[in-house]
Amino acid sequence: MFLTIDLALIIEKLVLIIVVVMASLVIAMYTTFAERKVAAILQDRRGPNRAGPFGILQPLADGLKLFFKEEIIPAFSSKALFVLGPGLAMLTAIMTSAVIPWGDKVHFFGRDISLQIADINIGILYIFGVVSLGVYGIMIGAWASNNKFSLIGGLRAASQIISYELAMGISLIALLMVTGTLSLKEMVEQQQHGYWNIVKQPLGFLIFIICAFAECNRTPFDLPEAENELIGGYHTEYSSMKLGFYLFSEYINMFISSAVMATLFFGGYDVPFFNEAAHADWGNWLALIGIVALMAKVIFFIFLFMWVRWTIPRFRYDQLMHLGWRILIPLALFNMLATGGAILFFNK
Amino acid sequence: MNLSTLLFILLSVVAVGSAIMMLLSKKPVNSILWLIVVFFSISGHYVLLNAQFLAVVNIIVYAGAIMVLFLFVVMLMNLNAETEPAKNYRLHLIGIISGGSLLLVLLSAVMTTNLQQPVMLKIGDAGLINKLGKTLFENYVLPFEISSVLFLSAMIGAVIIGKRD
Repeated sequence: MFLTIDLALIIEKLVLIIVVVMASLVIAMYTTFAERKVAAILQDRRGPNRAGPFGILQPLADGLKLFFKEEIIPAFSSKALFVLGPGLAMLTAIMTSAVIPWGDKVHFFGRDISLQIADINIGILYIFGVVSLGVYGIMIGAWASNNKFSLIGGLRAASQIISYELAMGISLIALLMVTGTLSLKEMVEQQQHGYWNIVKQPLGFLIFIICAFAECNRTPFDLPEAENELIGGYHTEYSSMKLGFYLFSEYINMFISSAVMATLFFGGYDVPFFNEAAHADWGNWLALIGIVALMAKVIFFIFLFMWVRWTIPRFRYDQLMHLGWRILIPLALFNMLATGGAILFFNK
Repeated sequence: MNLSTLLFILLSVVAVGSAIMMLLSKKPVNSILWLIVVFFSISGHYVLLNAQFLAVVNIIVYAGAIMVLFLFVVMLMNLNAETEPAKNYRLHLIGIISGGSLLLVLLSAVMTTNLQQPVMLKIGDAGLINKLGKTLFENYVLPFEISSVLFLSAMIGAVIIGKRD
């Protein structure tokens, strides 16, 4: 059997995948820490400060605690699905990172390496597809728990995600009409030369960020785990690291959707007021500056997620559905129509 | 043997295997999950044929929307292997007849294809989104619009049926 495979390409992509996944995990780990610190600051407390200097070893301690907890699988649950649920939640959270351009090209070992795992020309549709799969992890885990409260939490999550997916999709369509491309890489390059997309699509961004909050199950949309109504929501029966996976996938979702928002609307790895093309001789340093710029934007969005969480209380369920179907979808449709009209008017 | 062929074989095995598992599963939830795996492997085939748009739309529509609905219904009605009603003899017969006729159609389609010309992997841009859009809106505008009206009427119909009770 003779295999003709470009080994160097496979190794390159494999290394990139490992780096991106590890970075996502580490950033998500420290996001849990940042969440507690931000909550503490907003509530005029100190926050975790015992493990290590300023408490920076706290996420490690939390992880160890989860690993050493006793693992309980309910007797009347379907075991395979019970284990599959958190795994799927984690998988769909990480999968989106494949199409995000984390930076410009770098030059190593005589090869130009693109800092994007897959530059497919359907990037946005891929994101949309993975987002629509995000509901499986929660639903399967909730159903397999064989618990009423879990099931209600799971059904809430599913109907919430389905409802907000629509408005999110329509706001993305308006963005597509402006940029004329589905590739995230091309979108970033367009924004490097012109204005950021937020200038062209302010309403679209507002709709997108609200839907992103809902898709990540973040407050004010955390109905699936409303603890005063549902005990613990869809993960009531979970313990140990399986519970950790569910909680952790929420933070990865937050990180990835922040990266998507930064890429789609805020220029991705573009540094504002700085002409990248004029400094092409900087080589790898230029790519590094781009990565830092992207990360700064991502961190800002993560902070926004937390800021909102510790400021705004949870919606009631009918308010949530009302906002999704009666306000956001008509608004997104209007945005699409207005964008189409503007394109027709300005590019005669 | 190159990477595409290897992937083709792998995806085919996964597709056929999980289709069989879907039929053999006793629990409806497991059947649905296997069906999702089938959709994913078929999407993989679309990617191999360079029809990326079709691949991702297959995932969004089937795996992301329709299967979620299936799962929803099965979970809400709490269908299990025990609650499944016993199938009667007539239903079996109808199933055999309709399945057999579908098999005949598929067989005739397979028999008439030209086996000398194998499927072209990773080439051809017919499945790429800009090509697809141009074809739809230049050559097939009328059928496209008619089908969108059909979708709209189906949506309105669903709303009306849902409002009745």
